[in-house]
This record gives sequence, C-alpha cells and structure tokens, in this order.
Amino acid sequence: MLGAASWSPLFEPGFFSSEPVHVALAVGAIAAIVSGIVGVFTVIRGQSFAGHALSDIGTAGGSAAFLVGASTLYGFVAFNVVAAAVMELIGIRKPRGRDLATGIVLGASLGLAALFLYEGTISSSTTGATVNVLFGSIFTLPPGITTVIAVLGAASVALIAVLYRPLLLSSVSYELAAARGVPVRLVGAGYLLALALAVSMSAVTIGAILSTALLIGPAAIALRLAIRTGVAIFLAAAVGVFACWAGTLIAYDSTVWAGGNGWPVSFCIVAVIFVLYFASGVVARLRADRRRTTTGEQPAVTTPVEVG
Amino acid sequence: MLRVTDVSVSLGGRRVLDRVSFSIRPGEFCGLIGSNGAGKTTLLRVILGLIAPSGGRIEVAGGTRSRRNPQIGYVPQKIALDSDMPLRARDLVGLGLDGNRFGFSLPSATRRIAVDEILEAVGATEFAEARIGNLSGGEQQRVMIAQALISRPKLLLLDEPLANLDIRSAAEVVELLARIAAEQGIAILLSAHDMNPLLPVMDRVVYLADGRAASGTTEQVVRTDTLSRLYGHHVEVIHVQGRVLVVSGAEHQAHHGHDPSPREP
Repeated sequence: MLGAASWSPLFEPGFFSSEPVHVALAVGAIAAIVSGIVGVFTVIRGQSFAGHALSDIGTAGGSAAFLVGASTLYGFVAFNVVAAAVMELIGIRKPRGRDLATGIVLGASLGLAALFLYEGTISSSTTGATVNVLFGSIFTLPPGITTVIAVLGAASVALIAVLYRPLLLSSVSYELAAARGVPVRLVGAGYLLALALAVSMSAVTIGAILSTALLIGPAAIALRLAIRTGVAIFLAAAVGVFACWAGTLIAYDSTVWAGGNGWPVSFCIVAVIFVLYFASGVVARLRADRRRTTTGEQPAVTTPVEVG
Repeated sequence: MLRVTDVSVSLGGRRVLDRVSFSIRPGEFCGLIGSNGAGKTTLLRVILGLIAPSGGRIEVAGGTRSRRNPQIGYVPQKIALDSDMPLRARDLVGLGLDGNRFGFSLPSATRRIAVDEILEAVGATEFAEARIGNLSGGEQQRVMIAQALISRPKLLLLDEPLANLDIRSAAEVVELLARIAAEQGIAILLSAHDMNPLLPVMDRVVYLADGRAASGTTEQVVRTDTLSRLYGHHVEVIHVQGRVLVVSGAEHQAHHGHDPSPREP
C-alpha cells in the first residue's frame, strides 16, 4: 500500500488488509452519518431521552435475534421500529405524555432483554451474547451486512430529507407548524422512524447501550459550532465518521500496545467523541470571547463576569 | 377582515369560550385582553383552525376559516429558540415562507430578496446573520413577526408577544406592529394580560373574562359598568397617571348593590 511505511507508526500492520476492519470502517461510517443527521434533530427537538429509550429497547431485540441465531441488526431494527410506533400511538405529543409513554415501553423491554440475555448466556455457555448486544460487534459482522446497513441508512437519510423543512418548523414551534398546515403528527412519526433506524445502526456499531453516544455526541458537538442547520448536520456526520474511524484504528492498534487483548471498539469511539465534545466547548468559548473583543461588546450587566 | 360570531368552545367538558363575538377591520390594531386562563390562546387557536368551535362561525377575509389559511400570520407564544438551535434569524424568516413544504429549500435570489425585505421592514437587518438563540427577547419577537409577515397575510395573530419583554422592548414591538397595521392595512389581533402597553395604539379591544367577551373601542369596553357586567361582579376601572387598572374586591360587591349583573347574589 502506498505510503504504508511512512504511516506505520500510526497504523499497525494489517489494518488496511484486514477484512473485518473493512466491514467495520464501512458500517461505522454509515451508522455515524445517519446518526449525525438524525441526531441534530433529536437534540433540537429535545428527544434525547426517546433516543436513549430506543437504544435500550433495541437491547431486547438484539438479544432476541442472538437467541434465534439471526444477526443482531434485524433484532434491533424490528424492536426499535415497533417501539417507535408504540411510543407514537401512546402519545408523544406533549412532553409529559412523551416521557411517560417512553418510560412504560422502556421498562417492559429492558425486562425482556434481561430474559433473552439470560437465556442466551445459558444456551451458549458464554457471555458472548451480553457483550455483543450491549457493547457492539463491529469486528465480528458478516461482510454481507454492509449492503443491508447501506440500504437502511439511505432510507432514513431520505426520510429526513423529505421531512426537512416541516420537521425544522415543528421543532421551533409545534403550534406554528400546525397552524401553517404541517401534518405535525405524521412528520413526528416519520422522524421517529428515522430515529429508530439510526439507533439500530449505531447499536450494531458500538452496542445498544452506547448507541446514544453516536446519536447525541456528534450532534451536540456540531450544534456548539454551527449556526446553520445544514452546516450542523454536515458537521455532525463528519465528526461521527471521524470518531468511528479513529476509534476503530485505536482499538485495532491497541491489540499491539496492550499485548494481545485490545480495548473494545465502542470504548475507543465513545472516548474520541468525549474528547471532541470537550474540545468543541473550548473552541466555542474562544470564538465567543473573540467576537466580544472584536465588536467591542461588553458582557451584559446581568450576567456574572468571570475573572481570569 | 375577521368576523367572529357567537363562537363557543368546550374543552374536556369545560366551557372555555361562551358565545364570543367581535370583528376587526383591515388595518385595525385589536388587543385581546384577559388574565391567564380567560381563553385568549383558545380563541386564537380557534381562529387558526387548530380547534373546532362547538358553535358559532368565523370568517377571515370574507371566507370561512380553514387550516393552512395563508391569509393569517401567526406568532405563537411558546417558541423553542434555545441557544443551540442551529438557525440564523434569516433562516427562521425563511421557514415562514416555505417551512410547511416538504424537502429542503435551495438557495435562490428571489427567496433571499424576500427575506431581506421583510427583515428590513421589522428592523432586523442588523442581526439577520446572528444565531436566533443568542438574540434578546425583543429581537427574537421582531424576527418572529418577520416570519409571520413574509407570507403576506391580511390578519396577524400574536399570542402574548410582550410577555417576558422589558418595558422598552415591549413599547418598540408595539410601535412596530402599529406601523405595520397602518402602512400595510393588516389587521392585528394581539393577546396580552396587561393592556397598558397597547393603550396608545389600540383601535379596538376584545376583553375576555371566564370565556365571555366584551368588545368595542377602549372607551366603550374598559369602563366600570361594562367590565363589571362581563365579570359578573363589581370591578372598578381606575385611571392612574395614564395607566388603566382593573381592580376587583369582595367589599366592592356588597357596597354596590345596584350592579346590573344577573350573576350578582
């Protein structure tokens, strides 16, 4: 590979020729792009809890799929889509109703997940099921799964593209959108479907319970830096892909540093996101300070002025 | 421009509006006054077509009301404009133009000019490129008004736009709205719990109490006898240094036995 020698301190041998790494990079990138796009709306709609709930619900689906010998992806997708539909039916229109509905579905499915994981552990006599479902299986995915993920990813991105303006308007004000003739309920349901797919994909990548990190983290970073929706979405997707790839590389390389037993990929990806989130806070702060000094604007009297 | 006739609304078995009637002509500035829970937001929602009335009729610009009426511009009370909302002032105004359409908008010169014009009209050009969440309450209201005006409505509804504004910003917003009503012939219906900031510009007032309404000019409505009849018990309208205070008290009720209200014990 061209330049492989000069890059060798960064990329451990075999990184670019390993089949599981190829699949991991492709699946991670798709999951990150979809999560970044959907995640921006999740954050501005204040539905992080729904996103997290879907990922926990997916745990039941993933473990059920593992139990019957299917790919966990199908379990995640099936359970998340059904859960999203149930959440919509019970009524997620009012914030309070939304939280209650999410809470009820969440409790029931975590109970199911406990049952399925227990059964899975008994039948296979390993803890593989638990680790696989909860913390992801990006290095052990069958190569054919990439196509399925690409199709699902394209579907949810297309859904967001179609709903883009009404979704944004109803995020600013549900009332205003309804008054303008936006079918707010339908738009909300469509968004929830895209969210369910995004969460499923990131559950496969970094595990069910960490999938919110890929959904919320890059979006939160982007929203600190971008003031336009389009830019925020692009940035969130880019940050997500970077975190996934950097995390995958670190995990791969760590097998050498750590002497055989490398760090889990999900840990590495989440760690990268956390570091970037911290850095984005510093950047946003520096920018605000610079704007204040260039415009000669004084800090408002009512806000406490920080010294130093 | 707007004619509301005998409109009643029941929500959850409770009668929120009771045979409310009033009308607004083009270019008129009308205040919708009442305390919290008097039915102001419900009335605006009925006019917007978001709630079906249980009785009565509503005509907007000659036609009966329907949802997605482009004749009506709306500034809602609750808007989620947190500092992380990734929208510039001009983006929010753009949503007023075509936010109800599916897909996303491609940049176009006509769209940009339309947005620039309306931002200029409300005095928001200066902060057009700023993140909406970083603007002050008064600046955000200007942008929301621009958002409502860009679809060229004939009737503008505003739900408590002065709540949470300081006195000076509130006065500026009122002045802007009065100018828009006068210059563009747009009828304005603005809800508020305090009528004082509106007194200099209000052509008409619709006063709501317990779902019932009294309407007319300020002189006709904001009087001790009219409001006492509306409230069903004695209230006193007091003018102090150019401000109007509506005071009610149990001791007044006993004292003024001649109150014509049928609800008086």
